Order: sequence, then structure tokens, then C-alpha cells
Amino acid sequence: MLRSSQPLTGPNRKRCREDETLLGMVLDEGERGFIIDTRSAQAAKQARMTGGGTEPKSSYPHWRRLHRALERGRPLQESFIKLVEACNDASITMDRWLSRLESCRWLSHVKAALSTACLAAQCLDREEASVLVHGAEGTDTTLLVTALAQVILDPSCRTLVGFQGLLEREWIEAGHPFHVRCARSAYSHARLKQEAPLFLLFLDCVWQLSRQFPFSLEFGERLLLTLFDNAYASAYGTFLCSNEKERCLCKVKESTHSLWAWLNQPEEKEKYLNPLYTHNALVIWPSVEPQSIQLWHGLFFRWIRSSQYLDEAWAEIQQVVGGN
Amino acid sequence: FPTLLVLQVENVKLLDRYTNRKAANGTLYLTATHLIYVDASAEVRKETWILHHHIATVEKLPLATAGYPLLIHCKNFHVAHFVIGQERDCHEVYTSLLKLSQPVKPEELYAFSYNPKMSKENREIGWKLIDLKVDYQRMGIPNDYWEITDLNKDYEVCNTYPPEIVVPRAANKAVVVGSSRFRSRGRIPVLSYLYKENNAAICRCSQPLSGFSARCLEDEQMLQAIREANPGSHFMYVVDTRPKLNAMANRAAGKGYENEDNYDNIRFKFIGIENIHVMRSSLQKLLEVCEMKSPSMSDFLTGLENSGWLRHIKAVMDAGVFLAKAVKDEKASVLVHCSDGWDRTAQVCSLASLLLDPFYRTFKGFMVLIEKEWIAMGHKFSHRCGHLCGDPKEVSPVFTQFAECVWQLMQQFPCAFEFNERFLLEIHDHVYSCQFGNFLGTCHKEREDLKIFEKTHSLWPFLLQKKQELRNPLYRGFTAYKELQPNTLPFSFQFWCGMYNRFDKGMHPKQCVLDHLLGCMSQKVKLEDNASELENKLPFLDGPLPSEACSLAKIGCAASKTPMLNTPQDYEGEPPPVLSNGAGAGDIDAMSDVDQKHRDNLSHHQDLHDLNDTIDVLDSKAKDERRSTT
Repeated sequence: MLRSSQPLTGPNRKRCREDETLLGMVLDEGERGFIIDTRSAQAAKQARMTGGGTEPKSSYPHWRRLHRALERGRPLQESFIKLVEACNDASITMDRWLSRLESCRWLSHVKAALSTACLAAQCLDREEASVLVHGAEGTDTTLLVTALAQVILDPSCRTLVGFQGLLEREWIEAGHPFHVRCARSAYSHARLKQEAPLFLLFLDCVWQLSRQFPFSLEFGERLLLTLFDNAYASAYGTFLCSNEKERCLCKVKESTHSLWAWLNQPEEKEKYLNPLYTHNALVIWPSVEPQSIQLWHGLFFRWIRSSQYLDEAWAEIQQVVGGN
Repeated sequence: FPTLLVLQVENVKLLDRYTNRKAANGTLYLTATHLIYVDASAEVRKETWILHHHIATVEKLPLATAGYPLLIHCKNFHVAHFVIGQERDCHEVYTSLLKLSQPVKPEELYAFSYNPKMSKENREIGWKLIDLKVDYQRMGIPNDYWEITDLNKDYEVCNTYPPEIVVPRAANKAVVVGSSRFRSRGRIPVLSYLYKENNAAICRCSQPLSGFSARCLEDEQMLQAIREANPGSHFMYVVDTRPKLNAMANRAAGKGYENEDNYDNIRFKFIGIENIHVMRSSLQKLLEVCEMKSPSMSDFLTGLENSGWLRHIKAVMDAGVFLAKAVKDEKASVLVHCSDGWDRTAQVCSLASLLLDPFYRTFKGFMVLIEKEWIAMGHKFSHRCGHLCGDPKEVSPVFTQFAECVWQLMQQFPCAFEFNERFLLEIHDHVYSCQFGNFLGTCHKEREDLKIFEKTHSLWPFLLQKKQELRNPLYRGFTAYKELQPNTLPFSFQFWCGMYNRFDKGMHPKQCVLDHLLGCMSQKVKLEDNASELENKLPFLDGPLPSEACSLAKIGCAASKTPMLNTPQDYEGEPPPVLSNGAGAGDIDAMSDVDQKHRDNLSHHQDLHDLNDTIDVLDSKAKDERRSTT
């Protein structure tokens, strides 16, 4: 699985021999690959007007391009803001709640993200074909897809340590601009242009996987909530800046502590482990039927309803599984 | 087969929403009691069982490329889509099923022919398992204020009430009889639940025959007696669970509701729960949503909202919560009614009892609750569940809604119930199955007339015997939670996938936590058995029943051996068989079962061998979503 940003085809259908060679080298003799473009076909075409574009079939003959439009940027942030408003609105009546939830479209985005990640995973696992994923910049929906696909495909990404590694690779080092994406969350009046909850969407999708495969992730909801918190505001330097270059310039590694170092301490670690975890060597294919996708109560109603009874349930699970 | 084979048809495919194209050919059998489909094409033989009594509708669909389709909708929401090779066979199956699924006389019901290997004594013991008098004793009745009266022993007061009802001691025969003439169908106010801690009571009845201005001294005295049976409060609530408009309309027909001016110290309140016709229609719309093929998130949420189903669930829950609060917090007694006092009233009273009293959250307690508030108090199971060929307008998912309210509570309070979701689903199945006599007919008198207690079996021992699979591994015990105060904000109500999309296995979590936890616990059962023996020696009035299941198992109820309906194709396979001493045979092979099933069962709906198909499917879905947003 590869990821990149969009090719700079432009309005004049520029070609780049080196890019074509590079992609050609990925494939073996007679093999074909898939390009998953996370923009709609129309948006991708329009991108040519501003210097971007897509890989033309003629130049990349062995690659088949698939478009899966995933929401990003401003519209995704609006979706998030609307959802949080709806969850906090105590005056919503029962006959309006679901349509309000529907109009936020957050769950539709979860469904789309999971579907696209499954598609990428299927290319690799079922078709045994290579996949290239990109959107426009390669820093948002691209990473959402590649990271999620790895959780689906690779059991090592489902361990506590492996998941941290995945985050480091596919989000932090890959250059997801945390600094501008996770500046103000859902309550900002400023409506910042670069703000968008891609990382939260990723965490939500992982939570959906943990619900559908309760034994297969070594970590539980608590880790996901902690990651969400730390992406926006943290005592640790892990999520600072927007790429490795900035972290270098700001001397993040020299001047801050790592979130992972703290999480992995034995006393901390056990709070984040899933008592039901058993290594599952297989691919985990989620259902993306609407009935299978749920609103993440633990996050969106975290401060609105008590988690006492659910916490007690987890304590019981721990006891039952932990043995006599 | 357990009963006579009626028909056998080859070349039949069973389609489901995922494997449309790859369905194998199998054989369809019709017996006197079941439809059985056998798919022997794969390594593992797959059987699908459908009880005829569970069939709600059978439709012939237009001719398809693969053959002649037959669509069967079941009352437990199983939808079976068969495609039969030959038209003549299809027609024969169709007409047979129509006849087999619509019995006319009660004697045709399965309960009268169901014959597990059980001695006569055990069958009779089974009927005596639940004794409502014991529950009244548990509440402290008879006491200074309340007594169990036999005024209705020959059904003279009310022929849809049981022979023994609880009324205030202060209400003498004249009051009781007078009140019965002023209440629809003679359903006088009687006690449902007494909250011992403060003497507040939940009582139930039907609507008064007040019209616009009629009064009845005895009825007023009856309410006064109820109110005075609770010295802790100077007023009592009278709750009409109908929408105000409906109740007012009833006045024109000589019925209606209590006038606060005529009854001393009552506070009257409407809590609008819609009627059986609205509920029937709401469920219909819900099921249409559940059957949608690969809907978008928007379609699903919009459809769910338009059905109104969760809104009705919330209405029932809100009413139960109101009653519980009135009793516990305000220490006031409540008298509840709807029109006839056997639908919404039953839901609301049983729910309130469950919220207030942890006993009803145990196996035994829940059985008592259903026997008391639903069976004894005359909920018309036969009509509401369409047991016999009858008026379709009488059919309504009243009990289903109650079961769902319990399920919603289980989601909010995972450790508060002794039983798990499967227990609810099994009871729900049997409410419709007519395999046991408990839910036949419409009231106690009718059951006596049909000789249910002599000729049929009780459901409860059968369920208790399966206790190990039906228990909640997270139950924290009888004293962990006193009353439950659920969150009733709209977001608290979840869609019950396990009921309404129960047989769409692909939609459910792929790994079953319940089975794993039960497996872990079965190791501990040996220890528990020892403890139970000691507990048995202690007298008890409250509390879960320790080892009735074990002792019954020793007697040898073989009932569970009969597979009575469709065996859900669990992703992880059957739970490990339970040995007679309660220990589980499978134990901690549960985990390797999961992996094994992963290997065997990778043909999940997302897993289409031809990726091009996936692309087409996802492409068209993307098109639909775009279309719906523009």
C-alpha cells in the first residue's frame, strides 16, 4: 500500500516520466494496481484547473483508478460542530433527534471512511494487488484510509504498541497537520479555515472496529479518548506541530516528553488495555450497514451522561475474564 | 423429524441479503409443526428451522431467473426468501404454508401436541413453579391495608381478571361490585405492586364509564380506599396512559376518564402513549427500514425516525419512570389505566415494578412479573399475537415494546439484570410460538376452559433449564442496584439490532462477548453449586432463586432437546452444550472457535470474490448518496 499526494497534471495534462517509472516499478510483470483517489471524479478533474489532477490511464496503464469521495476540510468540521451541538441540545425531542443526527452526516462519514478503508484492504488481501491512496494533499483523507486499512489488515497494528507505531507512521510522521487541524475542536467561534476532525474520524472508525470485534484490539475506548484529548491539548510533544520538519525546527524531541513513554509505563498501560483481547491473526472485516455503525456515546456524550454503569460493567468483565 | 413430514421439495435456494448469487441448492421439508430447510452443499450441514406458528405472511414474488420465489415474514422478524425450482412445487408449498400458519381452533395449536419426554408429575410441577401468592407475600400482603380477595373466584366481578385479586381491605363487596359496573369490562382497580418501604401502591384498572357526567359512589369509594391504604400521602395519582384527545373521544361513547372534581384528593394526569393501531403501523414501517438492502446512513436514520418506533418506546419508558418516581420519591400511590387496561397499562405497570424492585430483574422475578401483569391480568396474547386466524386489527406489538424497554434498560444498566438478551428473545419467541400453554388464549378463565394446565406445558421450567446460556455474566447481584433511574433523553434509545435484524448475522458484532464470558464463568459453576446447596438451607422471601435450575435438570426436563425454531447462524457457532450438573462442556475453547469460524466464514458480505462487483456495488452506493444529497 502506497500513499502520496495528487499528481500535478494541470490543465495541459503534463506528464512525469520519473513518477510513471516509480509507479511502474511497484508492480510485477503482468500485475495491475489500484489507485484510490479520495476525491470525487468531478473534484479530481476540477483540480486540474489549479495545477493538480489525476493519473491519466494512458500514462499509467497498469493502474486502475477508483474514486471514493471522502469529506474533509470545512464541511467535515461543520459536520462535527453540528453533531456536538445536537448532542448538547437538551431540548431536542424524540421525533427530531434522528433527523438532526442525520443532518450532521457524521455517521455517513464514518461509514464512508470504513468502506473506503475496506476497499483498500480488499485490493491487498483479496486481489493481492498493490494500492496507491491519495487525495489532494495526501495529508488528510489519504492517511485516514491507509491507517484504517492497516488496522483492518494487520494484527500487529491492533496491539497497543503496534497501534502507537501506526499513529507515528501514518499520522505524525506522514505529516497530518495536527497544529492547524486540531486547534479549537467543535466549540471555536473563530471557524478557523484549516480546522478539520480527520483524526477524530479515524478514532471513531477504530472505535467502531472495537465494537464489532471486541476481542481483536489490545486497547480499549479509554485509549482512544486519551488520544483524542491529546491531539487537541497535551502535556506531551507527540502531537505538536504539523510535520517532522517543524518538529525539528521547534526542537520538540529535545524539549518535550513523549506521550508514548508515559502511556507505556506499566501502571498507566494497564488502564488502556482491553481485558478481552486475544491475538487474532486474521483480517477483520467490519460491517458498514447502518445498523452496525453507532454513534460513539463514550466520546460525544462523555460529559453529558454518567458512565458509571458502563464502567461497572467493564470492571465486571475484567473480573470474569481475569479468573477466580 | 419430531413430527409428521407433510411435504418435501428439492432444488430450493435460500437467499439472504448478502449471498444472492451464490446460494446453493437445498431441500425444503414441511412437517406438521415446522418448515425446515437443509443445505447440505457445504462441508457443514446447515439447517434453518421456521415454526409454522411464527409465520406472519407468505407471498409469491414475480418469477425470477433462478426460479419461483417465496417470501416468508415471521413474527419474530425472521425473513426467509426461498427460490423454488418448479412452479408446481412453489404453489404447493405456498398453499400448505398458508394453511399450516393460520390455525382456526385453539386445539390446533402446537402446545396441545407438543410432547417432550417428561413425567406427568414434572409437567404439573412446571405449572406450579410460579405462584403469584408468594409474590404478594413478598410484598407483605396480606397486611392491614391490602388483602387477596376471592370475590372473583367464579369470575363474577370480572371475567378477564384472575380468580385472586388484591384490593384494599377497606373495600367491601359492595364497593368492589359497584366499581366493577362502572369500569370498562368490569376491570376494577386492583393492586399491581406495593412498595413496602413507604406503602405507596401501583394499582391498575380500565377506563371509567363516566361519559360526560356519570358518577359512581362505589368507584369513588374504591379510589378512596386505595388512597387511604397509603397513609404516607394525602393524594394519589390517577394516570391515563392514552393521549388526551383519544380519552376525550371515549367520553362520547359513555366511557372516558376520572373527573378530579368527583374523586377526593386525586391528581389526574395524561401520559400519551398511542393505541394499538398506531403501534402496529409503526412496527410495520420499522421492519421496512430493517429490510432495506444496503441503505445509506441517511436512509436508515430517516426511515427509523419516520417509523416513530423509538418515540413510542420512549413514551412507554417515560410512563414507567413517572410511576416509579411517584411511588419512590413522592410516596404517592398511582392508579393506572388506558382503555381496557390490558395493553398500555400492562406495559407501564410491569416496567415500573422492574424499575423499583430488583427482584423482577432476576430470572424468577421476571417470570413472576410476566405471569402477574401480563398473563393473569388478561393481556390478550392470542389476539395481539395473531395465534389463530382472526381480526388483523387486533394484532399489535404490545409485548414486543415491553421487551424492548427491558432491553433498553439492560443497555444502560449492564450489571443490573440476572438474565441476558437471549432470555428476552426466547420469551418473545415463545409468546408467538404457542409451544407452551402460558400465552394461549386471552385471560385466565379462557385458559381454564381450554384446560391448558392439564394438557400443555409451562415455558418456565424449559427456560430455567437453559439458565446457563441465558444468564448475564455481568450481573452484580441482587443488592447492587436498588431502583433504576434510566436516562430518557432521545439519544439514550438505541436501535435493537438483535431483535429487528436478529437473523442478519453480518450486521451484528463479529465476536460474541457473551459466549466468551459465559464460558469463563462455567468454570466457576462447580463452586457455585456448592454454595447453592448451603443457600438452599436458608429461608428466603426475596432474592434470586439459587439452584432451582439444577434441581429441575436432575429431574430431567428434556424439553430443550427439541429445536423449536430457526437456529440463528451464530458467527461463532453454538454455545457449548450444558451438562446436567450445569458445567459447560466447551469451556475455554471459545476463543479458538472464534478463530476457526473466522477461517470458515470469511464469506462475509464485504468479502466478494470478484472485486469488480465490490466496485460496482460501492459505486452505485456512492451514486445513491450523491443523489440523496443533491
